Amino acid sequence: MIVRIARREFRALFATPLPWLFLALGQFLLAWLFLTLVEQYQTSYQPLLVKLDAGLGATDLVAVPFLADPRLLMLLLLAAALLAMRLLAEERRQQTLPLLLAAPVSATEIVLGKYLGALALGLLLVALWGGLPLTLLLGTGLDLGRLLAALLGLALLVASLLAFALWVSALASQPAAAAAATFGGGLLLMLLQRDGGQGILAYLGLLSHYERFLRGEVAVAALAFHGVLITGFLALTVRRLDALRVQA
Amino acid sequence: MAEETLLQARELCRRYGDRTALENLDLSVRRGEIVGLLGPNGAGKSTTLRILSGTLPPHRGTVTVAGADLFAAPRQARRRLGYLPEIPPVYPEMTVAAYLRYCGELRGLRRQALSRALERALERCRLGSVRQRLIGNLSKGYVQRIGLAQAVLHEPEVLILDEPTVGLDPLQTREFRTLIRELGEDRGIVFSSHILPEIRALCDRVLILRDGRTLFSGPVTAADSRRFRLRCAHAPDAAQLAALPGVTALEPAADGSLLLTLADEAAAAQVQQAVLAAGWMLREWGPAHDGLEQLLVTLVHGEPA
Repeated sequence: MIVRIARREFRALFATPLPWLFLALGQFLLAWLFLTLVEQYQTSYQPLLVKLDAGLGATDLVAVPFLADPRLLMLLLLAAALLAMRLLAEERRQQTLPLLLAAPVSATEIVLGKYLGALALGLLLVALWGGLPLTLLLGTGLDLGRLLAALLGLALLVASLLAFALWVSALASQPAAAAAATFGGGLLLMLLQRDGGQGILAYLGLLSHYERFLRGEVAVAALAFHGVLITGFLALTVRRLDALRVQA
Repeated sequence: MAEETLLQARELCRRYGDRTALENLDLSVRRGEIVGLLGPNGAGKSTTLRILSGTLPPHRGTVTVAGADLFAAPRQARRRLGYLPEIPPVYPEMTVAAYLRYCGELRGLRRQALSRALERALERCRLGSVRQRLIGNLSKGYVQRIGLAQAVLHEPEVLILDEPTVGLDPLQTREFRTLIRELGEDRGIVFSSHILPEIRALCDRVLILRDGRTLFSGPVTAADSRRFRLRCAHAPDAAQLAALPGVTALEPAADGSLLLTLADEAAAAQVQQAVLAAGWMLREWGPAHDGLEQLLVTLVHGEPA
């Protein structure tokens, strides 16, 4: 049942021009950014590296800076906000939610179906964007282990943001409000570490964990952090849906 | 079989903030029975139907569908329910066939059972010619039929229809009523309407609601049994007629006949005899078919009939 709901969700997302436009424009912008980084590396960094005989390479100076670029993260946040508009908020606005609520499926199944449908799109983004640094393999060697860790970090970042987006989408009956709240809330989640620097706030920040992945560290603590975050937001969404139909 | 109770609701209450939307509603629907909810806008019709369909929780009360408690065994109960909300829950970007297939999957139908159910629903709701069209491009009449098709797809024993004929043209309305009557033969149906003739044409029993309270619950015909239409060849003397034993009220109808309200059904024979004896020549005698309207006016608007 979860798979069927997810499949419909994924197809429905692509039934409108918005995701196509987003994929095309996002890919164009990020390819531009990536090429700028490659050019910078070729003209400025490479001669310097040769002169200094430093142990740095394309992974450190092109691939990882690309994946850490705020513009890429902003696009990701925008994607999450746009998805929050769809998912549950749009079903409520279109008044199609009763179809799911009256069906013999549990709220958990509905939520997981919706989440996996959105996650499929999120992972498609990671694959398309993460594919750009991998093209460097055509001309040079890369630290593949580190790059894969970084991509895993990006995928977990997407998965966490989307779980948050789904919860916001369940709370808001206005799609635009869902988008705005996801953008603002997502930004907060990502940036928590910036000002606090350390302590509990820094630990809760998505980016502080992402930065460790970018360094090539895959820590169990970080995996658990994302697991708890995703499960937590999904559980809140299930509760919210249950409140719509079985608890007064 | 005709006595089997398919849907039973007891003491349903629902509040929105401070406002009580529904108070102590009791309802039971047997197999083969069509029950109508009648009342002005905001009377609690949609709230009742949403609770019965399991899409809105009541603050108090129980609902059982074919023996399964809607809140304790929701999966089992929901399988036997078909629900058409006021606004059909359709996805405009899907084709009719794909949408109905998805609805079938949600209700647990698979493979051949799903294909069979799909064909049956398409045929029953006369949607065969538009099966590959996008729902967003279809007219209101079709969308309403798609809504009904999804509700009956899994052959539920209980159908809940919220104002199913709103926005349809007269021909479509008639088609829809025929369809509902057919469906009602071996199911239990609850539907809401604020159109009187519709309730009279379709329902066996009616519940009249106002401000969330049940004002009347009983057979549609019960409301009619004391109202008669009388036409005579020679115009009778109104005062003399009104004075006959058993006649409690008398009023002229728009078409020249007289509408009589009698004390009870037994009085009918006495009045007929008296009319004949008075030599007014009885031409027409029959039920006035406006009892429901009278009842509604009295109950809802608080005016005397």
